[in-house]
Amino acid sequence: MNPLTIIWNFLSNTYHRLGSPREFYTISLYTTPVFGFLFLVLSLFGTYFGLFVAPADYQQGDSFRILFVHVPVAWMSLFVYVVMATAGAIGLIWRMKMAFVVTICSAPIGAAFTALALLTGSIWGKPIWGTYWVWDARLTSELILLFLYFGIMAVYYAFEERKTAEKATALLSVVGVVIVPIIHYSVEWWSSLHQGPTVFAEGGPKMPPEMLLPLAFMAIGFMFFYGYALFLSMQARVLDNERKSRWVKEIVSGKTN
Amino acid sequence: MNWSEFFHMGGYAFEVWTCWGLTLAVLIAFVIYPKRRKAKIRGEILRQISREQLDQENQGS
Repeated sequence: MNPLTIIWNFLSNTYHRLGSPREFYTISLYTTPVFGFLFLVLSLFGTYFGLFVAPADYQQGDSFRILFVHVPVAWMSLFVYVVMATAGAIGLIWRMKMAFVVTICSAPIGAAFTALALLTGSIWGKPIWGTYWVWDARLTSELILLFLYFGIMAVYYAFEERKTAEKATALLSVVGVVIVPIIHYSVEWWSSLHQGPTVFAEGGPKMPPEMLLPLAFMAIGFMFFYGYALFLSMQARVLDNERKSRWVKEIVSGKTN
Repeated sequence: MNWSEFFHMGGYAFEVWTCWGLTLAVLIAFVIYPKRRKAKIRGEILRQISREQLDQENQGS
């Protein structure tokens, strides 16, 4: 067998296994704690290097340390959206049960990251820009993202029948994905008070390694947090959705978690 | 660097600690809430199972 066939078989096997609520639940019991552990280790390293080791910024002093939470949560607000919309598309196209669960469980997490990005940015803006809020492209588009997340959550609860609700939620999240490039390029397309790309800038990051390292730790750590929180929430939802099935009763009444 | 200097954050104590504190609070909430929900649903399923067992025993007698 050539390596491509092996990779393809592995991917399609994983896809089919994760597509079944029971297989997802069993696998997630092992992977969820691993995600939580990796998040804890990475974020503790990031906090240590970000608050103790990194030197104060020559212009912003110690206030720049907000960066180590603001930038990761802002990136996550977009990353979660892309995952949520991709899962929504997979659910609509291939009628995959678990994909809808990913979409529905991602929405509150994404909304929380978006709200945090807006709040931390606002608190940071006061001493540095002299204002909590301006209606400029980056801030306004991020606020629209928050309302989009709220809309997606509201649509799910607006339908009585679960299957209809799942489809409507997935559809809205797929349509709304247009906001992601708008937010990303907002600082280039329109003049903005918000600074332009600093880490993924042309010609490499415009940031010294002492600041880049803790930021990388925090950013990757927050990705694992998303995996951790998503799987916890998905486990609860799968148990709820499948509570009448035999395997759920067996797992709940048995010794397994 | 001593601790009081560290907490002072060069005059930006309020901004820095509010942002880190808010983030920490949200992260904790998103771990506790699904865990509680899962425990609640497990409890409901367990009660349902014992009800079904009781029904079966009553029918048997």
